[in-house]
Amino acid sequence: MKVKTIYKSMDYGPAPERDDQAQEWLEARNRRCLLYINGKWDKPTTSKYFDSINPSNREKLARVAQAGKKDVDKAVQAASDALKSWQDLGDYGRARFLYAIARQVQKNSRLFAVLESLDNGKPIRESRDIDIPLVARHFYHHAGWAALKENVLKDYEPLGVVGQIIPWNFPLLMLAWKIAPALAMGNTVVLKPAEFTSLTALLFADICTQIGLPPGVVNIVTGDGKTGSYIVDHPGIAKIAFTGSTEVGRIIRRKTAGSGKKLSLELGGKSPFIVFDDADLDSVVEGIVDAIWFNQGQVCCAGSRLLIQESVADRLYRKIKKRMERLRVGDALDKNTDIGAIVAPVQLETIDALVKLGQKEGSTLWQPPWACPKDGYFYPPSLFTNVSPSSTIAQVEIFGPVLVAMTFRTHAEAVKLANNTRYGLAASIWTENINLAMDIAPKVKAGTVWINSTNVFDAASGFGGYRESGFGREGGKEGLYEYVKPRIERQLGSAPAREDGRSDKKTASRFNGTPGIDRTAKMFIGGKQVRPDGGYSYSVYSSNGSGAEVGLGNRKDIRNAVEAAHKATGWVRRTGHARAQVLFYLAENLSAREDEFVSRIRMQTKATTKLAQREFEQSLDRIYYYAAYADKYDGLVHDTTYRNVTLAMPEPLGVMGIICPNEAPLLGMLSLVLPAIAMGNNVVVIPSEQHPLSTTDFYQVIETSDVPAGTINIVTGPSNELAMVLASHDDVDGLWYFGNRETSKQIEVISAENMKRTWVSHGKTRDWIKSNQGEGEEFLRRCTQVKNIWIPYGE
Amino acid sequence: MAVKRNGGIPLDIDLIKWTRINKSAVERRASTLTKRRSIKKDWQAAWLLRAVSCIDLTTLAGDDTPGNVRRLCAKAQNPVRRDILAAMGVEDIGLTVGAVCVYHNLVKTAIEELGGSNIPVAAVSTGFPAGQISHRQKLKEIESSVKAGASEIDIVISRAYVLNANWRKLYREVKDFRDACGPAHMKSILATGELSTLTNVAKASMVCMMAGSDFIKTSTGKESVNAILPVGLVMTRCIREYEDLTNFKIGFKPAGGIRKAKEALLWLILMKEELGDEWLNKELFRFGASSLLGDIERQLEHHVTGRYSAAYRHPVS
Repeated sequence: MKVKTIYKSMDYGPAPERDDQAQEWLEARNRRCLLYINGKWDKPTTSKYFDSINPSNREKLARVAQAGKKDVDKAVQAASDALKSWQDLGDYGRARFLYAIARQVQKNSRLFAVLESLDNGKPIRESRDIDIPLVARHFYHHAGWAALKENVLKDYEPLGVVGQIIPWNFPLLMLAWKIAPALAMGNTVVLKPAEFTSLTALLFADICTQIGLPPGVVNIVTGDGKTGSYIVDHPGIAKIAFTGSTEVGRIIRRKTAGSGKKLSLELGGKSPFIVFDDADLDSVVEGIVDAIWFNQGQVCCAGSRLLIQESVADRLYRKIKKRMERLRVGDALDKNTDIGAIVAPVQLETIDALVKLGQKEGSTLWQPPWACPKDGYFYPPSLFTNVSPSSTIAQVEIFGPVLVAMTFRTHAEAVKLANNTRYGLAASIWTENINLAMDIAPKVKAGTVWINSTNVFDAASGFGGYRESGFGREGGKEGLYEYVKPRIERQLGSAPAREDGRSDKKTASRFNGTPGIDRTAKMFIGGKQVRPDGGYSYSVYSSNGSGAEVGLGNRKDIRNAVEAAHKATGWVRRTGHARAQVLFYLAENLSAREDEFVSRIRMQTKATTKLAQREFEQSLDRIYYYAAYADKYDGLVHDTTYRNVTLAMPEPLGVMGIICPNEAPLLGMLSLVLPAIAMGNNVVVIPSEQHPLSTTDFYQVIETSDVPAGTINIVTGPSNELAMVLASHDDVDGLWYFGNRETSKQIEVISAENMKRTWVSHGKTRDWIKSNQGEGEEFLRRCTQVKNIWIPYGE
Repeated sequence: MAVKRNGGIPLDIDLIKWTRINKSAVERRASTLTKRRSIKKDWQAAWLLRAVSCIDLTTLAGDDTPGNVRRLCAKAQNPVRRDILAAMGVEDIGLTVGAVCVYHNLVKTAIEELGGSNIPVAAVSTGFPAGQISHRQKLKEIESSVKAGASEIDIVISRAYVLNANWRKLYREVKDFRDACGPAHMKSILATGELSTLTNVAKASMVCMMAGSDFIKTSTGKESVNAILPVGLVMTRCIREYEDLTNFKIGFKPAGGIRKAKEALLWLILMKEELGDEWLNKELFRFGASSLLGDIERQLEHHVTGRYSAAYRHPVS
């Protein structure tokens, strides 16, 4: 009878994936999961355990250990002890382990997928076809990078013990994104899975044991935010890699400030999904399904803001609604489920509250007519129309299956709306016009741009944010730099930079040159010499004891300089060649004034003529170096998925603040300003407080060298105070500070607010004359960020 | 179920010109669509029976004779062994295939053989498979098949019109065919394997529907690439678009290369997901296939007995 009934109804039946193996795995541990430290399973010193729940049916899966401070200490110690032998294995040796992990993940892929879906609530189709295959791919890819480490990154060394904290939305995949590059580059790790989803990380630990990974190389400590903070605060940890909310990312940035810990943050998003009128609308609809109804919308790069060209909006809304009706919400282990369960009640409440707020604020909610199952934490796919950019739901990350739609009239308006957010993780652009696609892609502030596709990932491509979506990249060559440091860092001086504005007068008698006619040094903002806003100046003393007056910059001068820098929009649009021409012109005009600049260096410092001349010569050399690089710091074309060009393009940060070192008044300044402008940034330069005159002299060279107004702005004054103003300025995208430790720390703390990219010296000094310390690709990398543009092709 | 017959609409050349299909996105959907659904056990058996009811059981070979066409017609009326049907409790659903599809010369034999079975006879026509004969000959061929009793005509379009973007000529051609068909239902074969791009597939689909086709069909079975899911996805989306535009429901027939029961399920999933349950009926969906039935029979026997079946256990056509 049954077959006949179905023959008439043509319904889908249940198609449950068996979970017996996963349940057996849990039973074998008596459903009690311990900590994986030094290759062994440890009970937590807290004696505390928390529940891991299956969100599809609210059943308890296991009790998971809550790691305390002592446990974290032990894990860090184990990781630290394992470092040397892990590094001594060499590239090939480590590559073999990473390869073994990849193989083992593949061999256990079904168990991983089932356990992941049980624990997280994501549909088995996704864990089986997307998450776990990407995990294996990530380890294979990084087995390759391990093998190539000394070839491609020979000037870099591993960091040491890395602390990694991952979220609950892609538990095993985020583990892979963290562990694979860390191990490949010769680090050891202490990783904390998210509290809701620890289980696959523990299965992964089993695999580490199975393949004979040396004890201590990978340590897994489970627990809540407290456990995370023990990791973040631990002095034995060289780097923190975090994926999670912007809120927690900010806390971590502040906590690690000044510690010298390297940091990468992959945070929230409100990514635009832009549809132009010539797009293949039926394919757009499927793109939307993959953008916002993938993993219940709990995806940091979810295309959650739909921006549609007005002329096609109604048609597209109709198509979306029709499609939504056919989505199936239900048990994660059912192979016919499109949308699984929300990870936990707290997340369900957040989604529900935001949706209610959206309705209250006047947006129109549409949900399919069918009801969700009641036995788990389910939420239906939801579409909001009549949304304005000022609505709360248009601004905040909902992290649920809720799409927020708005319309635009012109291409320019599309870009404006797309960028009208604090976030900048990803964007999706739909058009059949390649001219349009490639016009919009560079204009959108996002680390990943998918053309006519969305949520496509591959280990060969970097992933990470612009703006408050965090910094650092995971995947691809660009991701490796997060797990190494330049070997040269060991050679940097640790003498504290001089703090006061005075030189040592005792050496004055050694100065025999004749200074030129004393000029009144002004500031240089928007291409004009301007007096300080406050109308005050301060005295700097030269090495012969004579003084000079320099403008005393204040907050308003900084504000004006930042505004001027933002107005100079033409610089970034110039070709690398055109920027190189300007840089060469700077060299030409500077070289014509050798005597003046050499004697100015001598006048300010204790330098001998020979030394001052050397600094001058090296300055010209450095201009040539970065002029040369202006059109040669190429991106990459990553080898990712089938029939896809993935362009990894370095883009300038935007407007940067640069606080110059006290050493080398001319060369120190140029060594920082040149890479920044060569890459297309506009800069606000704070010269050395003590030796500002080489910089203020330099604006005359700038004026005569076709540098556009606003590209280089100079504000003199108390550099540490001005640094703070720049750090707390939300329209400054990057900040370099070369000065003392305390200010370095403060800058990192304050910059957390808008997540600006910072590079601070922590009181270390460089020998700017030396090319291995004063120049290099690191400078270029620090003033750019990589945008990956995915361009599928085929007709 | 009676489907209101497509009356056609005037050629909307703007709509054709603006049609754009993104191949990569279509392929992505086609590859994931079938992984989003899984049909097992009783559901699988029921769906396979439904697939049988939608088969245009076909023989289109140079060595076709009245003899093998008679065998085909016998199989069409009893596509699955009675004991298997009985075991599933469906012996009384009157299961037959959707139609029998032959060359013009064999239409008469087929009609005699099918007698009062209600199974329609379809004739391939218009210089099938290449369509490289004169327009007048094509119309003549249609007329003679209709006269001989074929109630369904599978026409082939002139691929040259598509490749040269000659949409008006294509429209005219198909409209003439439709007029020649009279009461017989017309399935327009696009021969998508020869149309070069998915955008061309979409444009040709729209023109054929505007010109009054009752079905659109992927292939003759003679091209090097026949029925594949990305093409099916594009064509079904066009059917949806045309329904939105006109309220006419157009049928879809993938043909060529569909040999496995598993593939039949994928095509049914495609129809259900993209067009809805109405398209899971022979009125709006057909498989053009010759060997598919054999595999379905074996799967059905496996469902009933739990033992993997062998081809020789099922009567051949």
